[in-house]
Order: sequence, then C-alpha cells, then structure tokens
Amino acid sequence: MAITYTSGEQVEVYRFSLPATILIPLAALFLQAWLPLRFPFFTIFDLPLIVTIGFATARRNPLAGLVTGGLIGILQDALTHQPIGLYGIAKTVVGFGASSLGIKIDVENAGARFLLTILFYVVHEIVYFFIARVLVSLQMAWSWPHEIFSGVANAALGLVVYALLDRVKQRI
Amino acid sequence: MESVFGRYRNLVVLVGVLFVQILGLAVQVRRARDKDSEPTRLIRVWAVGAVTPLEKALSWAQTSSGNVWHNYFYLRGVRAENRELKQQIEQMRLEQARIIQDADQAHRLQSLLGFKEQFISQTVAAQVIGGTGSELSRSVYLDKGDRDGIKPDMAVLTRDGVIGKVLHVYRSTSLVLLIDDQTSGVGSILERSRLQGILRGTSSGAVVLEKVMSDEAVPVGEQVLTSGGDGIFPKGLTVGTVTKVSTGSDLFLNIHVRPAADLNRLEEVLVVTKVEEKQTESDQTTHVRAADILAERLPSVPPKPATAAPQGQSAAKNLPNPVSANPNSGAASKTTMPAQSNSPANVSAPKVSPASPPNGAANSPTAVVKKNTTSGQVLASGSGTVGTPASKTPAATTPGTAGATKKPSPKPGNPNAATPLPASQPTSQPSTQDPPQ
Repeated sequence: MAITYTSGEQVEVYRFSLPATILIPLAALFLQAWLPLRFPFFTIFDLPLIVTIGFATARRNPLAGLVTGGLIGILQDALTHQPIGLYGIAKTVVGFGASSLGIKIDVENAGARFLLTILFYVVHEIVYFFIARVLVSLQMAWSWPHEIFSGVANAALGLVVYALLDRVKQRI
Repeated sequence: MESVFGRYRNLVVLVGVLFVQILGLAVQVRRARDKDSEPTRLIRVWAVGAVTPLEKALSWAQTSSGNVWHNYFYLRGVRAENRELKQQIEQMRLEQARIIQDADQAHRLQSLLGFKEQFISQTVAAQVIGGTGSELSRSVYLDKGDRDGIKPDMAVLTRDGVIGKVLHVYRSTSLVLLIDDQTSGVGSILERSRLQGILRGTSSGAVVLEKVMSDEAVPVGEQVLTSGGDGIFPKGLTVGTVTKVSTGSDLFLNIHVRPAADLNRLEEVLVVTKVEEKQTESDQTTHVRAADILAERLPSVPPKPATAAPQGQSAAKNLPNPVSANPNSGAASKTTMPAQSNSPANVSAPKVSPASPPNGAANSPTAVVKKNTTSGQVLASGSGTVGTPASKTPAATTPGTAGATKKPSPKPGNPNAATPLPASQPTSQPSTQDPPQ
C-alpha cells in the first residue's frame, strides 16, 4: 500500500458532505454579516476564516484547502464594497497553509488547534494588509497588540467551531 | 518537466490561483478609477442573493417578536407616557406656530432674493438587515432595493442625522456606504462658523472633517451639517458634533467628529429618493416690497371690541386705530398700529417707528406705537438682520394680516414671545416704509 500525503496511517483524513460543504460556509458568512449589527464587538472575529481553517485541517488536502479558502474569501469580498480578491487571496493562502500543515502535525487536539488558529489569523491579516495597502491603496493601520488579541479571540471561538465541525465530518 | 509539475503540483496551483486573483484585483482597481461598469457585479449579486434572504427573515422575525412584546404585553407606563406626550404636543403646537411664521417670512425673503430652495420631497423607509462583517468595509445592507425605487448615490439618514449613501443596488436589497468608511466623503459645514470641509471616515472607524484651514477657530461641540456641495446630501442635515480639534498636517485642522446617528446600532433608516430644488416662490402674486412683508410681523392692535372695555385696562387698547383713519396708509401702515399692551414686546424695545406720524406726542396712541415697532424696524433694515428674532413675537402680530389669521397665536406672557433687540442691530431707514402714493 502506497503511502500518500493523505494517508491515514499517521493522520486521519476526513471529508464533508455536500450540504455541509455548502451550508457551513454560507452560515459563517451570514453570521459574520449579521452578528456585528447586533453585537458590534463581533467584528474582531472572522468566522469564515475559522471555517476555512477547520475545513482545511480536516481534509488535509492543499488543493481542496486553497479552493475552499479562495471561494469563501471571494464570497466574503462580494458582500463588501471593496474589490473582490482581498479576502480571496488571504484565505487562499490560509487554506493552502493550514491543510499543508495539517498533513505534518496532529491538529486534533485543542492546544494545537488554538495555536494554529492564532498563527493563521496573523498570516491572514498580514496578507490582507499587504494586498490592501499595495494593490488597492487603502489606508490601514497595523497594530500588533490588536492582531494578537484578535488572534486569541478567534482561536477561542475556533475551538467551539471546530468541535461543531467534528460532528459533521466524515472519516474517509 | 512533467515530474517537476507533479512534484510541485500544489504549489503551482497555488501560484496560479493567486495570480488569477491578483490580476482580477488589478482589473477592478483600474476600472474603478476609470469609472467603468462594475466587472464583478454577477459575483456580488450571487453572494448577496445567497446571504440576504436569511438576514431578511431573521430581521423580520426579530422585529415581529419585538412588536408583539412591546405592543401587546409590555404596555407598562403607556398611560403616563401618553399623558406626557399630549402635553408635549400642546407645547409643540405653540412652538410650531412660531416656527411657521418664521418659515413663511424666510420663504418670502428668499423669494425676494431669488434663493433656490432644496428640500426632501420623498423618502423610503428601510430596515437594516445586515452588514459586511469587515472593519475595512463599513457598510450595511437595507431590505429595499431597485424595485422599491432605490438608486445609487441616494442619501440615507435616520432621525438623528445622516448615516451614508447608497452604493450598490440589487433587486430587493441595497448596500449603504456609511460615513465612517474611509472611502466615503460628505460635503459638510460647521453650523456657527460656516466653515466648509469634507467629512471622511478613517481606517480606525473615526470620523474626521478635512480641509479646514488651521488658522480657523473651531470650538469643540459645534454641530456639523451637510453643506449640499457634494450633490448627494441635501443641505442642512445634521451630521455630527465636533469632539476634538488639533493641528494636522498640510496647514489643515484635524477635526474629529462624533456622528449624530449611532452607526453601530442602525435599525430603521430613511432613503431620500427625491430631492427637489426650486426657486422659492412667494404666495403673493402682487408685487410686494420687503418693508411690506416685514411690516406684517410688527405688533398691532386687536380688533376693536364691540363693547366697552372693563375698567382698569390700558387706555391704549381702547384708542381708535390711527391707521384706519388714514386712507393713504397702505401696507406700510400696518407698522403704525398700536400693539397689545400685554405683550412683553411692548416694553422691551423702545425704538422710534419710521412710519409714525412726525407730530406724535409721547403719551398719544402714536407714542405707544413708537415703542412697539422695534423688531419690525430691525427686520426691515435689510441685510444682516433677516434672522433677527422679531418673529418670536407672535402675540403681537396683526390680526388682519394673512399670516396671523392662518396660525394660532401663542398664549400671552410666553417668555419666548419677545426677544430684546441686540445692541448691534441697525435700525431701519424711514424711507423703506413710506406709504404708497
């Protein structure tokens, strides 16, 4: 039996049903757009990013990860008035990185998920900041304390979301 | 070559996907600068179509449940509140009478000066159903769209003030760019100092007023209004309040503004779908002089009572109307009518009426007139005195004039009924009130 990067000998690979693949990102996009109106503090969270990381680490397929991240990001861009591609590029990178990293390390425990989410949140923000400043010429201020705090908050929320995703993922 | 691609397949795909997205981004930025048509319209329509129905449903459910609770179950204190509101209505009716007179006068003066009047003639109420969820895109979605008459660049406001403008319109929803977004811009004017600038959002969400020179004095707390110069927001709408002023770069002040409307808690808004601009027209078809118009504002005597007045009343009330005895008095003669003695305005403005007879004695009826025409004189004096609160003397308006007969007169003794004349106000020229020949 040939050992591939998706082999289940070291790490387990999961898949999601078609309804879950479509509805979960849409639900994340909806909540991201709707909740900040009722709870303004919710803008520090990035639910689509958490879902992207969750899908990518569960599937452990870089191609699937980058496609999922790209589509979620493009949809998120489409809801804003900014050019489409800002979130798309950032989440493509995150999806690819998270699934690539998911092959090499065990991301089933909460500690690893927590750190992984902080790491990829910061990566996402750096890519987004770079594109917004360089390509779109938007004025943005970078603040490490704010990014770290938001990363920790997203990681905490991520633990809950990953636990929910665990319930719907199916082992291959 | 094949083995290299196979070995780095994932990386190659990643680079390809990123390249395509960056290319698409560059095209969008370029087209946005060239003001071309929106190339990503289809994607946005799909995304909005996928997300907003759920938002609409949730907003509807939330509103409905809230209405059921507030309208049927939670009615505690409604009776007391109703009583208070009725009292407020009574007070506001008095206030309204004064304001209507002010407005009538302003319209007449504007028509004389050839002003163009701009007013909101049609609005559509809409509900905020969602946002974008991005700190870089401060905008909200409304539950009204193209089929409701919403068009791009329409102003959106709440009862507190301006919140933004319509940016994208879809079939049943629309995207509103809020004034705290860094890509927004509102032509604004400071209420008292009349300094104009551009209101913009920043990446942090703060709102600043730009392009005000640093040698100008802008006090904290001053109101910021729309200037109307941007062609989107009608003039005079409340935008916010100055909260902080500091010297910025490039000789301009750094003025921070707190929006009048709470942009974080938007629910119901109004979209201005129609703004009319027309030349202010006077309701009087005949040629009217400024002095005639302003004369209507002057104090006067009520109609002579049929029966004798009770004892103890002011003798001035029982005197014959000197104007009616003068066949040549005309419109300007209204200024010579004696005023009601119980009006506070009658004792607060000892000025000489230009239209009064030259031989009037101090204790004659004409002398009483002389003491009661101050406000009108100031108004009639021309430029710079249009805003003089002479109109705050409704108790002293002429009953026979058109304005006075249409509106209810406030109660006598109202503290707002008379405003002392500022010392700096110029007096009128007698020539402005010469009776017509």
